[in-house]
Amino acid sequence: MADVTVDQVADAMFDLVSSMKGKRDLKPMDVSKQMMEKFGDEVDKKMCKKALRTLIDSGRLTYKYAGGSYVTLPEA
Amino acid sequence: MTEMKYKTPLLDELEKGPWPSFVKEIKKEAHRPMVQDVLGQVERSYEEHISHWKHGGLVGVMGYGGGVIGRYSDLAHEFTNVAEFHTHRVNQPSAWFYTSDALRTLCDIWDRHGSGLTNMHGSTGDIVFLGSTTQAIEPLFKDLTAAGWDLGGSGSNMRTPSCCVGPARCEWACYDTLDACYNITQNFQDELHRPFFPYKWKFKFAGCPNDCVASIARSDCSVMGTWRDEIQVNQAKVLEYAKTVDIENEICDFCPTRCIEWDGKTLEIDNSNCVKCMHCINVLPKALKPGKDRGATILIGGKAPIVGGALLCSVFVPFLEMDPDSDYEDLKELTEAIWDLWGEHGKMRERVGEFIQRVGMSNFLEEIGLDPIPEMVMAPRSNPYIFFDDEIFETEE
Ligand code: HEM
Ligand code: HEM
Ligand code: SF4
Ligand code: SF4
Repeated sequence: MADVTVDQVADAMFDLVSSMKGKRDLKPMDVSKQMMEKFGDEVDKKMCKKALRTLIDSGRLTYKYAGGSYVTLPEA
Repeated sequence: MTEMKYKTPLLDELEKGPWPSFVKEIKKEAHRPMVQDVLGQVERSYEEHISHWKHGGLVGVMGYGGGVIGRYSDLAHEFTNVAEFHTHRVNQPSAWFYTSDALRTLCDIWDRHGSGLTNMHGSTGDIVFLGSTTQAIEPLFKDLTAAGWDLGGSGSNMRTPSCCVGPARCEWACYDTLDACYNITQNFQDELHRPFFPYKWKFKFAGCPNDCVASIARSDCSVMGTWRDEIQVNQAKVLEYAKTVDIENEICDFCPTRCIEWDGKTLEIDNSNCVKCMHCINVLPKALKPGKDRGATILIGGKAPIVGGALLCSVFVPFLEMDPDSDYEDLKELTEAIWDLWGEHGKMRERVGEFIQRVGMSNFLEEIGLDPIPEMVMAPRSNPYIFFDDEIFETEE
């Protein structure tokens, strides 16, 4: 696979969180771990943090607090 | 005085007596409808012995995962003005030094956007703004940042670090707590605003083992000033003290390791056995002071009893240099190693101290890459079934 971009990771994260909507809340670390599994060596924690940040800053995803911190889709 | 919307006989009790009263202070702001409803709802809680604040949800400013704590009334139909009553944490300056101008700016901003009620300061150290609507959150944040302020931490992130007054006013400070606190706050902005941990992480910086910020009980990482050479003694001043202080009973006998001797003329300290408890220095401040080779002990794992029980920090690194010119690189490196390990393997809502208890200190140390040392032992084992390695006996001979 060619070099993975931050945007690709962000899109994959977004798909993951969307697919889990209503089933299970995911923590930022859960999302990142799954990305590192999916993309293998090409993606590290730093890159995941960047991808997460673009998602949050653009408003595609948002943080939520319920005892601990989670990432989720913004309320419509 | 503003007329009160609700009768609050229970709260009124708390205005009696010579001490400060939060009820008295809240009533000063009772010209606001929001504050009237706070009084009404809190009185109700006192009657019913139950909180009517709901917690959590999706509030915050764009891009941040912390700093605003969602609070809602579960009696919103009745106390409509506190239906939304969110808490804002504002990152305080190191050791809480303000100019009066800074305080006025903060108060003016808060007057414009919220209830006017503050808590100076919350137990994390932040300036706490109590009670705004959801709609007010972004405009408040905009005004705060324009004036040079920022939100602090909440949720599973690095919480706003705080420090004792340190060298600004205290001669016992063994390092510059204000600078270290500021440096770490700036360095870990991402961790402060974007939750990535299993649970909260608190840093507190104390200049000496007197620990005026109670870091050992209240933080996951306590950075406590210490020294590794000799306590500085001014014998002439000790003699002075001897006129009014019973040195033998009040100093020597209270030294936890009994490493001080007093013959009526000279005070002798066996520094190799001093455990830096500060007792002798606290009682004889003009005669004794910490040594000159100063730095900090790094302790890990304290917490208050929210999920599990309370824990105190225990020693992790006995001595770390805290030279501002080094940019605290060693502390940062150690912190990141711990965050990586705990971040990856910690369970949801598991503080680092609980994590260490679960996986075992020896495994934790091995993963971080530190060797175990005697200073890490909180108390020696009282169990007699201890099997020494042979080589220990050999070197003893
Ligand atoms: C005359 C009989 C016994 C004597 C003299 C004896 C003595 C001791 C001593 C001195 C200790 C260490 C206490 C310490 O840590 O300060 C100990 C620990 C222990 N004993 Fe006994 N014991 C006896 C019988 C038993 C029996 C019958 C059992 C179980 C069936 C038992 C189970 C244990 C256990 C589990 C510990 C470990 C506690 C710990 O390490 O936390 N003992 N015993
Ligand atoms: C799942 C079962 C068990 C668990 C979780 C357990 C746990 C422990 C622990 C945590 C200690 C303290 C070790 C230390 O402080 O270094 C200990 C010591 C001890 N246990 Fe157990 N134990 C179990 C079963 C047993 C059984 C079945 C016996 C005896 C029939 C036993 C006898 C002892 C003794 C005598 C000690 C003291 C050993 C020493 O101090 O050196 N334990 N055990
Ligand atoms: S912790 Fe020590 S250095 Fe800091 S203010 Fe207290 S006595 Fe002074
Ligand atoms: S600081 Fe505490 S342990 Fe050290 S000499 Fe003084 S009293 Fe003893």
